[in-house]
Amino acid sequence: MASIGIRDVSKIYNGGVTAVSAVNIDIADGEFIVLVGPSGCGKSTLLRMVAGLETISQGEVTIGGRTVNDIDPADRDIAMVFQNYALYPHMTVYENLAYGLKNRRTPKAEIEARVAEAARMLELQPYLERKPRALSGGQRQRVAMGRAIVRKPSAFLFDEPLSNLDAKLRVSMRGEIKRLQRRVGTTSIYVTHDQLEAMTLADRLVVLSGGRIEQIGRPLDVYHRPATTFVASFIGSPAMNLVNGEVHGSKLALGPALIDLGAAVPTQGAVTVGLRAEDLRLHDDGQGGLPFRIDYVEELGAQRLVHGMVGDQPLVAALSSEIPLPETASLSIAPSRLHFFDTASGRRIDWSAEAAGPVAAAVVSEVVA
Amino acid sequence: MNRIRLFDHLVLMFGVFIMVAPVVVAFMTSTHEAADIHRNGLSLTWGDHFAETYDKVLTRKGGFTGEITGARMIWNSMILGVGFAAGKIVLSMLAAYAIVYFRFRLGTLFFWMIFTTLLLPLEVRIVPSYEVMNKLALTNTYTGLIVPLLASATGTFFFRQFFKSVPEELLEAARIDGAGPFKFFIDVLVPLSRTMIAAIFIIMFVYGWNQYLWPTLMTTDERFFTLVRGIKQILLVWVGSNIPDYNEAFALAILAMLPPVMIVLIFQRWFIKGLTESDK
Repeated sequence: MASIGIRDVSKIYNGGVTAVSAVNIDIADGEFIVLVGPSGCGKSTLLRMVAGLETISQGEVTIGGRTVNDIDPADRDIAMVFQNYALYPHMTVYENLAYGLKNRRTPKAEIEARVAEAARMLELQPYLERKPRALSGGQRQRVAMGRAIVRKPSAFLFDEPLSNLDAKLRVSMRGEIKRLQRRVGTTSIYVTHDQLEAMTLADRLVVLSGGRIEQIGRPLDVYHRPATTFVASFIGSPAMNLVNGEVHGSKLALGPALIDLGAAVPTQGAVTVGLRAEDLRLHDDGQGGLPFRIDYVEELGAQRLVHGMVGDQPLVAALSSEIPLPETASLSIAPSRLHFFDTASGRRIDWSAEAAGPVAAAVVSEVVA
Repeated sequence: MNRIRLFDHLVLMFGVFIMVAPVVVAFMTSTHEAADIHRNGLSLTWGDHFAETYDKVLTRKGGFTGEITGARMIWNSMILGVGFAAGKIVLSMLAAYAIVYFRFRLGTLFFWMIFTTLLLPLEVRIVPSYEVMNKLALTNTYTGLIVPLLASATGTFFFRQFFKSVPEELLEAARIDGAGPFKFFIDVLVPLSRTMIAAIFIIMFVYGWNQYLWPTLMTTDERFFTLVRGIKQILLVWVGSNIPDYNEAFALAILAMLPPVMIVLIFQRWFIKGLTESDK
């Protein structure tokens, strides 16, 4: 077990394409870090640089305080789980698990003990003599994880390990990975493009976009205080609504409506406003509030996602399935639940509605043009 | 449905007939005496001289020096066929491994150089090759018979394509598991290539077994004669009133056919297994 340091790490490919630029992450011993971002954001490249499968163009990676830039993957004391499992197809499960240990000249008795332990942990005992092709996807993934566990490495690296599984299996494997990591307490870096996986697994999230870090933080912090519009739209499902508004003093003009924020926002004029779908409520009397033209409804069972327009901007609201939808709805939101972002840079503008005293619901009035 | 199947069977039976009939005729004819064959031509009946002819072919010492037997020629052909096939596989696998997995300067150029040798059959370089072997004093040796034929563009090309289809992650997993280039080759690539090896072994063994020109050129010592050469030798004795030993020629031809057939039978089970079981 060890801490991992990623300092000013960049990956520049021949031809000058920068896949990762000047990334800094400090990973504590035993921490579960998830790198999340859309495809092509450099998250896999970053992981592969930590693994040693890609050369590091600039910067430094340390594992357990030791700089590993020029050290072979085998000697970095890491284990990796691949998206397509990468099991050796001609070896039995037992041989797959034992192969890494055998190459390290681990004594035979110890190999057997470690494989037995990993097999017990992952409930693979009945399959030890089978070839990978005789296993289901979930079982193969467990073998791939077992191959990592038997090595007892300083760090686990996961490269989208669940994306080849079906949705149901993915949820249960997610739980299994989390439990396993808690149990063995090994520092882990996990790459995924699935924000839900990221939220549920991570001790800390690293949101990447275009080879740069957008935000690092605990899942709930990232969810509640997204640092940029990119993070806001990437984390959370459905994605946060981002609409254009205008701040005048302590009032916010949003489409045809004017919201009293109760406190001044440290910006004036045009601003990007973020509203979580689940923070929007149906305004009781249908009068005032954000006038909301309903477009179509997605029924999810526990809730319904209502797609519609506020003024000329699209908006999604997550509403309870039990309340009947009126013809023309109007929505309200607590001002403390509003997020503000700089329109030009996309950066979060911090403000605090609480400072102005508790405001139960936004006081909303029609704009008189 | 039934009619279609009947027709299918007819087509297959016709194909089998065309393939097998000459072999049957050759076999039946080989059981007759030479004079008999000379008089009556090919025959489809059993001729009662089976044991006699085959025993003679396999064990009688013949040739100018009286040292060469049919069994010896089979043995020589076997050495040539197996050595040829195994050598080609080893060499072309190593070449393909280098081309696919190592980035060395001019790698692509070398690949295309190897590839273009496909266009140059043995016959084109046979005189210089002979000259080289002669200078190295390797004529009339197994080394001389086998080594000059080993470089195989076909094999290299097949293995290159196969290695390229092996998922990159396997290499990466092996690297993390601490397998160096040699271990990866032996522990992962070779076992994965089993079916490929079987297929190429079949093709190359038969190819090597049937070599005629090169062994004829390389071997003047009868102890190194191969079967295919031996058959030719038998038919060459038509001098004066001698009747060529047709029966022996046919018997040798039948014998010459057996080992390749057996190789195909043995390896086809692997081959089909490899085709039906998909690894993934």
